[in-house]
Amino acid sequence: MNNEVIEKLMEIVGKENVSIETADKITHSYDATQEQHLPDAVVYVRSAQEVSQIVKLANQRHIPVLPRGAGSGFTGGTLPTQGGIVLVLSRMDKIIEIDTENLTAEVEPGVVTAVLQRLVEKQGLFYPPDPASKEFSTLGGNVAECAGGPRCVKYGVTKDYILGLEVVTPTGDIIRTGGKTLKNVVGYDLTKLFVGSEGTLGIITQITLKLIPKPAAKKTMLVQFASIDGAAESVSAIIGAKIIPTTLEFLDASTIACIRDKSDIPLSATCQAILIIEVDGDPQVLDAQAEQILSIVTPFNVLDTRIATTDEESEEIWKVRRIVSPSLRQLNPDKFNEDIVVPRSKVPDMIRALEAISQKYKVPIVNFGHAGDGNIHVNVMVDLKEEGMQATVEIVMDAIFKAAVDLRGSISGEHGIGTSKAKYMSMELNRETIKYMQRIKTALDPLNILNPGKIFIEEPPQSV
Amino acid sequence: MRNPRSQYNADSLVIMDKNKNLHDFETVIRECVKCGVCQAHCPTYLVGKKEGAVARGKISLAAAILDGEIELDDRLQADFSMCLMCGSCTNKCPNKVPTKEIVGAIRREITKKQGLSLVGRGVSTLLGSPPLMKTLSKGGALLSPLVLKKVPESSGLRLRFPSPLMKDRTVPRIAFRNLFDRIPEYTEGRPAKPVVGFFSGCSITYAYPEIGEHMVGILKAMGYSIYLPRDQRCCGIPALSSGDGKLVEGLAETNVNAFKKREVDYIITACASCNGGIGEYYKTMKNDFSGFTGKVIDFSVFLEQEGLFGQLAEMKKWKQRKRVTYHDPCHLKTQGITRAPREFLKSLPNVEFVEMESADSCCGLGGTFSVYHYDESKTIGSRKVAGLIESEATHIATACPGCIMQLQDIVNHANLPVKAVHILELLAEALAQE
Repeated sequence: MNNEVIEKLMEIVGKENVSIETADKITHSYDATQEQHLPDAVVYVRSAQEVSQIVKLANQRHIPVLPRGAGSGFTGGTLPTQGGIVLVLSRMDKIIEIDTENLTAEVEPGVVTAVLQRLVEKQGLFYPPDPASKEFSTLGGNVAECAGGPRCVKYGVTKDYILGLEVVTPTGDIIRTGGKTLKNVVGYDLTKLFVGSEGTLGIITQITLKLIPKPAAKKTMLVQFASIDGAAESVSAIIGAKIIPTTLEFLDASTIACIRDKSDIPLSATCQAILIIEVDGDPQVLDAQAEQILSIVTPFNVLDTRIATTDEESEEIWKVRRIVSPSLRQLNPDKFNEDIVVPRSKVPDMIRALEAISQKYKVPIVNFGHAGDGNIHVNVMVDLKEEGMQATVEIVMDAIFKAAVDLRGSISGEHGIGTSKAKYMSMELNRETIKYMQRIKTALDPLNILNPGKIFIEEPPQSV
Repeated sequence: MRNPRSQYNADSLVIMDKNKNLHDFETVIRECVKCGVCQAHCPTYLVGKKEGAVARGKISLAAAILDGEIELDDRLQADFSMCLMCGSCTNKCPNKVPTKEIVGAIRREITKKQGLSLVGRGVSTLLGSPPLMKTLSKGGALLSPLVLKKVPESSGLRLRFPSPLMKDRTVPRIAFRNLFDRIPEYTEGRPAKPVVGFFSGCSITYAYPEIGEHMVGILKAMGYSIYLPRDQRCCGIPALSSGDGKLVEGLAETNVNAFKKREVDYIITACASCNGGIGEYYKTMKNDFSGFTGKVIDFSVFLEQEGLFGQLAEMKKWKQRKRVTYHDPCHLKTQGITRAPREFLKSLPNVEFVEMESADSCCGLGGTFSVYHYDESKTIGSRKVAGLIESEATHIATACPGCIMQLQDIVNHANLPVKAVHILELLAEALAQE
């Protein structure tokens, strides 16, 4: 990148917010995929106007622009695989308005999800999407990836809470989609187009969020089962009884094996599956609802049930779930974490398919996740130092995604495609569908400036 | 871009160095999975939201140094100076990557390359020399060139500290009679009770000796024999923070030897930083100090274990109790010591305990960090203000004299009618009424 471009960038955002130092390139070269690609420059921005000017400059000089929030994505969404300008939005972190009459919030993209959640909860309001990264990931990133989380079974995902956006387009225009109202059918629903677009169609510079009243109370339960089918049938039975819990998290036998001796709550030796069930709402009906859930699950191979009566006991139950991730490394040093999703009723079939894959290729696969919406976090644990392991991992991934798609599921529930899943897109979507998406990308970003090389394996055809 | 084999050249390392060097941390450096969790807990990241400030960024730079991809130049040194070594990142890290130890190793590299920084030299001269420290403190003049005027504050202990480096800083006054002038080296207790060592540390010995007196007072009342060796020295945290590996080494050996002269069951600290210093950091050296570090215990943990809280809880509650909240010192929080100090406060008859939001967020002092980065240090500390106001507490208690100094500075800058105190001061007040 030549000096003239650097000077122009400095004119736009100020000298101190542009860096071409190796140290800054290194610290903006990665995300949670652990891959590293050095950018040519790192720019910290403060406003939509600055973003717009940078994108226009990038179009003139054909330089890739990579929007970046917390850099905590799992699929390479912010990686500068072709170099270019990493455009950091983390300092655009103002909460502009919390409207308690219309139940909306207006925020900049760098606001950390949990920061907003804590603030609105103090006012009796609630922003439900709760990705595991909520304490550090940004709302801009959450929107770009359409983040999910455990509570989504009841409350839906990020896209269900976005009313409107301010977006800098790939050619540098500033546009406004949607608005502050729940109802809005003026023109195309561009808001939905941008949610989950992974920074390829525009850079989000302001977000209008929908809030809901905060549930008055919650109740947490932990149920141990002698079989995964027992747990899966319980999920179907609970939802069949017209109860939608806030969360329905499951841990499979391989996960339980990792945490058995670390859990404060004693886990039965024959326990093959755990469900952590949480319900929320009016405290007066919660006790009855919890009892009802436990009586519904009783016929399904239940070994033990536990209801938390205090916050501390609830915390103790959630700790069982939280010790999982740090415990996985005892199996092997390298983790491949995928987020497939299958229709809820197919969870036992998927778990069985995963067990078969694990046995066939002799690699440990640990599964846990959101049973309520069929979103399974599949963790293939390997040691890449073993000869031929990288190739085995690729075969295993292929088999896992194929099994998910065969069950009419999807290769990604909440992490997105980025670079790491691009090559699997064609398993799930036919050629025409992918082409349709690429035509949208090409039409809006003719020079392929914004986050090039993401989502699609082929480069979009260059326009004339 | 990562080389399979490390290109890091260890030539610059002194063979006899007892401190672990960057190379010794290579395995744990590679264990960072770049998830980003540390962003939510790193005080310096939260100030400027700059990736170079957060543990993940520093670890990627440490890896790049090992891989020979980057030189430890001025720019990189600036990044590595932005760390309080508080350990909050490691506390929440899924793989427990010890960033503060890695930063310590890099700062020692910097020192080897170009000598100690100006402040580092000052700290080193002072802490490395007990006679000088004593002389200066005798005249109440430890920081005298910088001290100008008193802050009108109840205790009268705190002074302003307006140097070009630290404008408007509230600092404690140095006591005219230090702890060693007030407490004998050995206090005989009841025969059935064991001998406990007391590692008082610089802040308590020279600036807050009354806290040390309270510590000895309660131990004495409970019947312990107390050994307060005269030749104990600084724990080493400021030296560690400024990258002075040689001084840390020397201090470690001196302190270990100081407590060898008498058999003690425990070495009690009433300063969280000292607890981290002598209890944790010596573990990062190549010598085996476990016989010493294994005895180190925080006063609140010790007193709870010895049943004091139960006895306190039986005392008649005061009619007019102080509304007190608690600040978690990083060096206790990261060791998982969060419950005992709170239980201590709850058991006191003169205290109405209230929790505050951001109780566990760092005060911003961080060894020598606040000397180099006073503005950032203040911003970090100011993150506690909203929670403190909301709690409506009149006192913020903690278990570290360093935090007390910084908290009082935060409170003064925010114009709050709040006093920062050590838990032992509240205990002393409760017992004085008996």
